[in-house]
Amino acid sequence: MSDLVALAERIVAKAKAGEEIEAYVARGHDIEVRAYDGEVESLSSATTGGIGVRVLVANGSEGARLGFAWAGSLDDEVVESAVDEARDNATFATPDPDVAFATPDGVPATELDLWDQSVADTATDEKVAIALELERRVRAADPRIRQVSSADYGDERVEVALASTTGIRSFTQRTAAFLSVSAIAGEGSDSHTGTGFSVARGFAGLDLDRAGVDAVERSTRMLGATKVPSDRLTVVFDRRVVSTLLSIISSALSGEAVVKGRSFFAGRMGEKVATGSFTLVDDPTDPRAFAAAAHDAEGLACRRTVLIDSGTLAGFFYDTVSARRAGTSSTGSAVRGGYSGTPGAGCRALVLQPGRHDQQAILAVVGEGLYVQSVTGVHSGVNPVSGDFSVGVEGLMVRDGGLAEPVREVTVASSLQRMLQSVLHVGVDIEWLPGIAAGQTLAIGDMQLSGS
Amino acid sequence: MREWSLKVTLRHLGRPGCSDAVDTMTPVTAPPLIDSDVLERVLTASLAKGGEMAEVFAEDRQISSAILDDRRIEELSSGRERGAGIRVVIGETTGFAHTADLTESGLLAAAEAAAAVARRGGGRTETVGLPARQSAPEHDFVLPSEVEKSAKLELLSRADDAARSAGAAITQVQVGYGDSRRRVLIASSEGMHSEDDQIRTRFNVSCVATGDTGMQTGFESIARTEGFEVFGRFAVEEIARIAATRALGKLDARPAPSGELPVVLAGGSGGILFHEACGHGLEADHIVKDASVYVGQVGEQVASALVTLVDDGTVGGEWGNYAVDDEGKAAARNVLIENGVLTDYLWDWLRARKEGRPSSGNGRRQSYQHLPMVRMTNTFLLAGKENPDELVAQTPKGVYVAKLGGGQVNTATGDFVFGTSEAYLIEDGKITSPLRDANLIGNGPEVLRRIDAVADDFAMMPGTCGKDGQSVPVGCGQATLRIGGITIGGTAA
Repeated sequence: MSDLVALAERIVAKAKAGEEIEAYVARGHDIEVRAYDGEVESLSSATTGGIGVRVLVANGSEGARLGFAWAGSLDDEVVESAVDEARDNATFATPDPDVAFATPDGVPATELDLWDQSVADTATDEKVAIALELERRVRAADPRIRQVSSADYGDERVEVALASTTGIRSFTQRTAAFLSVSAIAGEGSDSHTGTGFSVARGFAGLDLDRAGVDAVERSTRMLGATKVPSDRLTVVFDRRVVSTLLSIISSALSGEAVVKGRSFFAGRMGEKVATGSFTLVDDPTDPRAFAAAAHDAEGLACRRTVLIDSGTLAGFFYDTVSARRAGTSSTGSAVRGGYSGTPGAGCRALVLQPGRHDQQAILAVVGEGLYVQSVTGVHSGVNPVSGDFSVGVEGLMVRDGGLAEPVREVTVASSLQRMLQSVLHVGVDIEWLPGIAAGQTLAIGDMQLSGS
Repeated sequence: MREWSLKVTLRHLGRPGCSDAVDTMTPVTAPPLIDSDVLERVLTASLAKGGEMAEVFAEDRQISSAILDDRRIEELSSGRERGAGIRVVIGETTGFAHTADLTESGLLAAAEAAAAVARRGGGRTETVGLPARQSAPEHDFVLPSEVEKSAKLELLSRADDAARSAGAAITQVQVGYGDSRRRVLIASSEGMHSEDDQIRTRFNVSCVATGDTGMQTGFESIARTEGFEVFGRFAVEEIARIAATRALGKLDARPAPSGELPVVLAGGSGGILFHEACGHGLEADHIVKDASVYVGQVGEQVASALVTLVDDGTVGGEWGNYAVDDEGKAAARNVLIENGVLTDYLWDWLRARKEGRPSSGNGRRQSYQHLPMVRMTNTFLLAGKENPDELVAQTPKGVYVAKLGGGQVNTATGDFVFGTSEAYLIEDGKITSPLRDANLIGNGPEVLRRIDAVADDFAMMPGTCGKDGQSVPVGCGQATLRIGGITIGGTAA
């Protein structure tokens, strides 16, 4: 730990007069095992480290200029040249009064224990064994499982130190372990795929059964799937899909998108944008969330932000720069894609206020419609600026309040604006998934299914 | 490594997903990334515990990028990453470790970690000797490092001005510039000893247009495996104008239809159709695991006789180019489908070895931190003979797609989607109303059989292809063509 903080402080100490410096220093250890056909297909292990340096050069009344440089190394000479490069890059930026580093804002950081030592302490042999066992179980679970194209175990330990001339000092460390399996079920010439996974802070928290059962169920229940005629109907989204949906909706709730005119929520604060049962919160201080964090990527305390409250647009999330542009303060929502990226506004732990029903009860209430197990083409068919929504789906028809025949090669479409106004049921069945949003069953009315 | 594990997220979300772009050579005098004698000692040590093949992949990558957003040069970024990945193969098992430390001791530590999988293989004492290094080809590209930063930034401002002057309804513009130089060196116990020096340059413009019906977006990019000289051939103002016009045009768009209709894809609109409909399914890693609908189909008619599909990493300056792949094998022109008949799959070293055949030069990796796998380079349909305008005129009712966004495929079922970012209705053989963005969905082999016309106006488009958590630059190409029927995922009944 201390060596990363010390390195960050050494970088910050290089600031010259009229300059601010921020240093982000990260190190990770990871291991990954892939099992295939009863053997280890690959075993990878590595330690990586790198720095990201931002330099702000004051430019009188016009504001400051920002430059950035990064390097995939923690060596002193590399660090030195990164600082010089960031400083040089700053001379080319447009001076901007809103560009600034975070300054401590008095909000205390939540104490979170995101480190599970079992990731480091478990022997490689045990990690190999769990991947092999996952593969074996899925192959043995059902005679219709024709292939297990991969069964993976992976884990990582990540440490991040942040320091700045504006008074920021933070250090965070977290671990994660995962199991993931991809199965192919077949009957005759018909094949379908299903994935299962489990994520946890440590080795002990992984649920081998769950990962295997999910992959088997999701692949086998699609056997015999057909394309169905186009229809307008109610769609019940699986928890995993809802996690993806919430992530997309959140990009329109970004203060940066709003202030730059790239969000359909711009200018609608306080308006009814969703049905009353829809309350969306980002709470990275909840330790159950996969991306929970005590500090954001600028070193401020993470905090709970209510975005949509009983259907009313209640807030946007901000990093320091977007908050200054909007005339407000950061919500501690800076995120980065690692040492090679600069901070931007992002969510970490989106969750809907739970309703009363689980998936089964929601299917019963909905009666007739389509249950969507997985979606494709999210990046090509969902536009968070216009709100246009069109995705490929696989799933099962809902008939008489239960799951019926499987469906493939169809799309469902609407717009994000309309979908939020058409929420029929929010599930009570919260599941913390990898990524930035929890999963919960969600039923949305009046969607267009396009098929034959 | 990331702040939180995107790897985990990507892994469970699964399938190859590919999107619009945007996101090659050295003077012979440049010293190699690692000296031959060091490589020989590291390879020898890698095999000391009994591996069958050992390989060192070293990489030195310099990247710079700049973003203009909301009328400001917001970010000028420079980065450098160097390191080596070492792989040791024994039987069907691969051990892999990577390090940012290119000293002999750093490499030996990684070799020991990679060789841990071979510990049951029994000892081995032979020494690995390498042939003379095959140098990276010489080139006359303008290296990014030779260009003043101010010259790169001037392009951004010019594009911003051009986009904003395209129409008063253009309310936001983001312009991105990026360049990279990637030097790689590959040495293996099987006698591979080659290097490459890859120069890439990209430029992209995203616009938002605002009207009575809300906001719409338009995107356009160029991405080339060449240096800064590309801006002598491509005017940034033109790229900006296309992006802006695309956003403006959609302000009047009506909802896309639903159900099956004939679709005409404009030349160069994406070619991502083939990348998804069959390209991924022809990658040998899916084939050897029986996870593709194209297993056992070599020699069979898998597409309309109008389809001749090629993957070629040597096409002048295209985004998916390289001299040698990330296993040291020279890039090649590989015919995958000829007149509708499947001729071959795409291969890397590991999968080719299993079948006792040579690699096709398609072993690629995102960086030294990744294992190689089978990937496409530039994948394209050869042009046909028809006139593109007549092809539209012969279509009474359908959809005309001028530009595609990304796509995604499940190789095991063959079902794939691809999205439109500029499309129109065809009514009575004429292109009429603009349509809002939507995905199209189909099954690879079925759609390939329904291609009933191919025109003579070929063009390529760059993209970024994601597979199993790794992204690599690729090209896609095609002439104007018609699919007799495919499902359009719009909202109109």
